[in-house]
Amino acid sequence: MDILVTGTVLGGTYALIALGLTLQYGVARIMNLANGENLVLACFTTFWLFSTYAVSPLLGIAIIAPAAFALNWLIYRFAMRPLVERAKNRGQLEVDSILATFGLMFIFQGVMLLAFGGGYYTYNFLNTPVEILGANYGLNRLVTLAAAAIIALALWLFLYFTRYGTAIRAVAVDPVAAGLVAIDVPRASAFAFALGGAVTAAAGSMLSTFYTFNASMGVIFTMKALIIVIMGGVGDVRGAVLAALLLGIAETAVATLVDPGLTLAATYALFIIVLLFRPQGIFGRSPA
Amino acid sequence: MNAFTARELRTAVIGAAALAAAALIPLADDGYYLSLAVNIALYAVLCTAWTLFSGPTHYISLATAAFFGIGTYTVGLGIDTLPFPLLLAIAAIAGGLIAGLVGVATLRLSGVYFVIFTLGLAELVRQIVTWLQTNFTNAVGLYVFTDFTEAHIFWMLLGLAALVYVTGWLINRSRLGFAMRIIGNDETVARHAGIDVARSKVILFMISGAFIGITGAVLAPRFAYVEPPSAFNPLISFQVVIMALLGGTSRLWAPLLGVIPFTILFDQVSAHFPNHTSLMIGIAFMAVVYVLPRGVTGLVEDLVRTRGSGRPATVAERAQP
Repeated sequence: MDILVTGTVLGGTYALIALGLTLQYGVARIMNLANGENLVLACFTTFWLFSTYAVSPLLGIAIIAPAAFALNWLIYRFAMRPLVERAKNRGQLEVDSILATFGLMFIFQGVMLLAFGGGYYTYNFLNTPVEILGANYGLNRLVTLAAAAIIALALWLFLYFTRYGTAIRAVAVDPVAAGLVAIDVPRASAFAFALGGAVTAAAGSMLSTFYTFNASMGVIFTMKALIIVIMGGVGDVRGAVLAALLLGIAETAVATLVDPGLTLAATYALFIIVLLFRPQGIFGRSPA
Repeated sequence: MNAFTARELRTAVIGAAALAAAALIPLADDGYYLSLAVNIALYAVLCTAWTLFSGPTHYISLATAAFFGIGTYTVGLGIDTLPFPLLLAIAAIAGGLIAGLVGVATLRLSGVYFVIFTLGLAELVRQIVTWLQTNFTNAVGLYVFTDFTEAHIFWMLLGLAALVYVTGWLINRSRLGFAMRIIGNDETVARHAGIDVARSKVILFMISGAFIGITGAVLAPRFAYVEPPSAFNPLISFQVVIMALLGGTSRLWAPLLGVIPFTILFDQVSAHFPNHTSLMIGIAFMAVVYVLPRGVTGLVEDLVRTRGSGRPATVAERAQP
């Protein structure tokens, strides 16, 4: 039971990061390996707002998510768009975007190291125990789970029940065909990329309330998010959420039952199973 | 087929002369410059071995640190009981085997799966090694005491470099190299011509992994004390990618043009501005993507071609930013 609740909270955060990434990769076709740094940057900004201006992390999301949206829009417009335009095929864009976002990853990391140093950070927010079914959980974790659920639900409603959301899903399916039915593909791609960044940043704000963070931890989050995206099927909201919860629970189970130092082995075990049996993702259709 | 062409012979002579000249470096200096030379030789071997696989396939492998660490650990575990040359062989086999496993799991699928899988591989192996050591042995670190000096390590690296170059040249002449060139140009064509694409890629990745494993083993005596965080340092993987791409991956010797300047620059930056190394690597990645998409070699080729034929660069060539 303990494993299920802790795992679900962790999975909820993973779900948001993975949703951000699936928007960026599925729609804008940019494999953003700097997404984890985006998350860590949000952690630090939340911490900074909370400790210097006493801004509550929940309120902080309202500032950080739009800021991340703007930042990621700029990144897409000035760094990624030229790559999309010069790429002759999907493969070349993939290689170029992977390398360029590696560059971004190191630049973000370098700036954060200079600003905050290499130490570990943590702070106290809503750190009061709440009893559920005889076990105690931090209120901050439960609030995080609730916020993750609200954000994921809002994203799902937007993508499946609004006109612009449908346009974005159309770009994810086929950018050329989407262009033919009068969808502004570059604009939709930039919007999806920026929205993905904002969702990830929101996840970072929530994560920082209960997680000890440092400037160089982004890569591991990026990697887990990528694995979730693949498990769930690229561009699939339901799949990403389900895969994230699975991964969160599997990791927590391994950490509690076997050894906390083997969480990555759990991640990889799941990844290998998916690669061998369902490379198109849990809900993905097999390619024709 | 077996006869050397005049051009090959010339390259072989120049290469051998360059190696022989490099082998004299330890006689001239055994302090700072030798240590810098070891770093250059180290990355030259790693980048060339990386290019053996990633050059023709265009797959970005970040598994270097994992193979390297496995090699280092092989020596750390066996130095007291087994002779050093045998350990090098074991390191090669271990590196090749892990590469084979990774390859079989991911190389049937598209390149993205491969990148993601290798991105965390070093960290995964590190976790497993740490877990095995804390649960089944009593210490996490290992001491490697040998009589090897910096000069010995340097000479071993030079020998290894020669071996990598010869292997790369042999691959290029072989059926495997021919198959790889077709795969690199068009995978669908290769498949229709009857090439087992996945198998060729896995074999090539294993060769590359084996060489990186040996390199890790050769470097182990330099560390003296081997522990998981230093042996499986993920930064090595990124540095190898950046240096190889900076030089270019179209030719066997091209990575060298990236290795030499980058190693010297990195050495200077980490000595004078230790907090700015991440920033420097980031900027280097950006430079490769936006300024030098085909590396220094590509730039030189463009210059030679435009000057040689006396015609301006075509629009398509200029369009490459």
